[in-house]
Amino acid sequence: MIKRVGVAGFDRRALLKVGAAAGLAQVAAPFVISARGEAPIKIGVANPLTGTYAAPGKNESIGMQLAVDQLNAKNGILGRQIELLAEDSTSGDAGAAVQKTRKLIERDNVDFLVGNVNSALAQAMAQVSNEKGVLHIVPGGHTDPITGTDCKWNVFRVCNTTRMEANAVSDLLFKTYGKKWHFITPDYAFGHTLYQGCEADLKKLGGTVTGNELTPLGTTDFSAYLIKARAANPDVLVVLVQGNDMVNCLKQISQFGIDKQIHVAGTQQELEPVEAMPPEARVGVWMFEWYWKQAAGTPGLDQFIAETRKRSGGKVPTARTWFGYVTIHAYALACEKAKTIEAKAAAKALADLELPPEIKLQPNKVYFRGGDHQLMLSAFLGELLQTGDGDPENLFKVNSIVAGDSIAPSVADTGCKMNMPA
Amino acid sequence: MTAGEYRRVVVLAAIWAALIFAPYWMPVFGGYTALGSRVLVLGLGAMALNFLLGFTGVLSFGHAAWFGLGAYACGLTLKFIIPSTPLGLLAGTLVGGVAGALLGALLVRRRGVYFAMVTIAFGQVFYYIAFQWSSVTGGDDGLRGFARQPLDFSLFQIDLLHSDLAFYYFVLVCFAVVVAVMALILRSPFGRTMIAIRENERRARFLGIPIELHIWIAFTLSCFFMAFAGGLYALLNNFADPRVLHYSLSGDFVIMAVMGGMRMFWGPLLGAVVFVVLQDYLSSLTVNWMSFIGVLIVLIVLFFPRGILGLIRQRRTA
Amino acid sequence: MLQLIFFNVTNGLIIGAFYALMAIGLSLILNLSGVINFAHGGFLVIGGYLAYALTPRLGFWGALIVAPFLTALIGFAVERLLIRRLYGRDPLYSLLLTFGLAFIIEDGTRQIWGANGLPFSVPAALTSPLSYQFFFITGYRMFMVAMVAVVVALLFVLLRYTRIGVRIRAGTLDLETVAALGVNVRALRSLNFAVGIFLAGLAGVLAAGQIGLEPTMGDALLMPSFIAIIVGGVGSLTGTLLGGLLIGVASGLTAVIFPSASEAVIYVMMAIVLLVRPRGLLGEEGMLT
Repeated sequence: MIKRVGVAGFDRRALLKVGAAAGLAQVAAPFVISARGEAPIKIGVANPLTGTYAAPGKNESIGMQLAVDQLNAKNGILGRQIELLAEDSTSGDAGAAVQKTRKLIERDNVDFLVGNVNSALAQAMAQVSNEKGVLHIVPGGHTDPITGTDCKWNVFRVCNTTRMEANAVSDLLFKTYGKKWHFITPDYAFGHTLYQGCEADLKKLGGTVTGNELTPLGTTDFSAYLIKARAANPDVLVVLVQGNDMVNCLKQISQFGIDKQIHVAGTQQELEPVEAMPPEARVGVWMFEWYWKQAAGTPGLDQFIAETRKRSGGKVPTARTWFGYVTIHAYALACEKAKTIEAKAAAKALADLELPPEIKLQPNKVYFRGGDHQLMLSAFLGELLQTGDGDPENLFKVNSIVAGDSIAPSVADTGCKMNMPA
Repeated sequence: MTAGEYRRVVVLAAIWAALIFAPYWMPVFGGYTALGSRVLVLGLGAMALNFLLGFTGVLSFGHAAWFGLGAYACGLTLKFIIPSTPLGLLAGTLVGGVAGALLGALLVRRRGVYFAMVTIAFGQVFYYIAFQWSSVTGGDDGLRGFARQPLDFSLFQIDLLHSDLAFYYFVLVCFAVVVAVMALILRSPFGRTMIAIRENERRARFLGIPIELHIWIAFTLSCFFMAFAGGLYALLNNFADPRVLHYSLSGDFVIMAVMGGMRMFWGPLLGAVVFVVLQDYLSSLTVNWMSFIGVLIVLIVLFFPRGILGLIRQRRTA
Repeated sequence: MLQLIFFNVTNGLIIGAFYALMAIGLSLILNLSGVINFAHGGFLVIGGYLAYALTPRLGFWGALIVAPFLTALIGFAVERLLIRRLYGRDPLYSLLLTFGLAFIIEDGTRQIWGANGLPFSVPAALTSPLSYQFFFITGYRMFMVAMVAVVVALLFVLLRYTRIGVRIRAGTLDLETVAALGVNVRALRSLNFAVGIFLAGLAGVLAAGQIGLEPTMGDALLMPSFIAIIVGGVGSLTGTLLGGLLIGVASGLTAVIFPSASEAVIYVMMAIVLLVRPRGLLGEEGMLT
């Protein structure tokens, strides 16, 4: 768990000004005056800790705290300790997310900003961080524009884009299951771009779309859509909904027995929802953005798993934990490379940073692409396991790990025109 | 000047002095300018709701609808029609207010619990429209791509976007104007009629007051004020998302009004100060901030139903 | 197409039955106590989580019976400790109180059971489709409808033929007179509240078999229940039942024709009902206005 450490570097002159009110001020804003010679580097996190996305938000926190602990044990960043300030952005209230971002930047003067799991909130935060010129990594919002049409010099992203997700899975689905696809798509920007990506790939491969069911976000009952999908008689039912919606959808698919008549698959899958499903609902071919069960001997992997367990009540790391871990380490590496924490220099250093083995924790090359600030992370393709393969924690069988740059569209195709300030 | 008048002048002077100098004294207590702007905007919303709730006695639990409509209309105007902050605010106020006036006509015959339920449900209609109509509203991703524009006085310009301080004072001026209008209405004969309805609807009816018409007018005015606050909220965030229409925000406004004291003119502002600052502060300290807020609400309802100001007044008279 | 429509009407009725179960609980509390229970979704979540916690010991069937009773017990305590202090005050206060309770329940469940959803399984016997043709009628869905039918029938019998039931109905119409006749209104309201929460708890267990069990599960289910009450008419339980079924069918049908409006359609229905028949389908004029 992240604990808010306090607001270091409290303005002493202000303290004098307050005089008698000082006692009250202590109650109102607890502060810790740093005892060390140099003020710590402050990293501000605004991520969901309550609401629908609280689970991924919490796992990202665990990864970040792990990275901070590791760095602080080894002399921090450029010899300075790191302080993590975590704020609850809520799961869907952009007003709150913007407010928390301003608080972190204006009041706490953070050097680096992290957020958000929710794409919408990530974009709202990016508007503020860009206005204030603070380096910002988006750890887990997938919508394309963040590193596409809306890309910004100070904003980087460690999770996939929707287009990468579509490209990662399409080939495999087509080869294994057939060419008639029916989609269940969440009816908002993320779902629309994901669908467009899949559709374009399918057309290129020579397949056909039998239909696309647009389901409102937060749908609890999928039966009406499943009735339509089954009536269309496709080879594959491609489930693009995410999070709780996906849990509901797959639960109902398995109850209707649709997975026994039509192949069920999808693009992005995560360990959090899979753990929330009953075993019979864990079906189909999917892509994970990172998975913990990999070939033995991946450098640093065992340690990462062990350290995560210590902080998560014994649970294995998810892709979210990895995102948080990578976010902090990437920032540290960029600062070390630039020899400063100044935002523009650090952004330049980050722009083509390659992650070392003990950070990337996977076989392929993982690096930030300078043109759009998108991390080129691998896609883990495979099948869900209902009860684990002799290991109840292992719910996914990785068949192949595809390098990120082979599934990402070219920078020109993302629509990003990066303007680095001089 | 009587003692009562004297005290009132002193209190008013203290309130405005506190608001005017807020950006300078807040940081001492861990505040920041943007928090001040947020308190003002939400406080204005709570006061607008209280215009109806506290002075007419009609409980609307869906007022976020008009707040949100104001926010979206303001944002859409800035984005698609004309990049002008005052015109965006004007459009927001009109859209929210007119929508409120139309739907208000449907609702005024309902009272009490039924009125509350219907307003909740209508509020959610707009939430779903904003959520689903993504080609216009941006859906769940929210409405982006607009920003508050500089104020142009032909001789000079004021940049509201890059200076939080300038924006705070802009909000404060807007706040002062709307609050002055509210106070004037409440002092007018119409305002006194509103209070008469609150105190005893049946008696007011016997006196020949057209109750439905008065409630409708009060509701409509309240919606206009609310929509104006919503427009400011869009400018505050440079963003509008469906949450501004959700019933949970309506609930927040009601809590602010009750917490501060809904029979008092300044009560909701005080409530907003406490609620917004506390939420901001608690959510930094603990992930369980929701429980604290929930317990606070329960305590207020059970033990301080007249709110903070009501408590102070009670002390004084006792 | 015709078959598709038929499928969705049937399916809509199944979903509607579930909405009705929740709405009737809400309606009971609203009618007798004048409390709009915002925490109803929270109690639903409690029911689901309790069932999850009890399943390893009691099995699904045991949990199905015990969890709603435990939920009702919690509801009873909440009524005794908190809500009863607010009777006779402006309905605003009870509304706010339950609004605050909903916060506490969401946070509490997350604290106890974690933010991530939990896998709740129903017995294999219930999870298969009854026929290949009508595949959407699974054992579990039929079971849900049957449960709702039995519980609602029992409730109506209770209200019509037992002394307590008659008092509850009479209290809905005119509480003062009932009190004047020497009925212990306080006990009546506590019991009535507990019954309402029992229904929420049962809805929670049933929902957990169908959708993901997580702390915000109740949010999406609360609003349709509100609408069911308004459409059916405040003050009438039969109306609430009818309202629930109607909005279920309406949203099921809209999902075929115009999916993005499948949630908005229930609000449109409500607006039409309010325009054409402001008291709701079976509501009586003068009640709870």
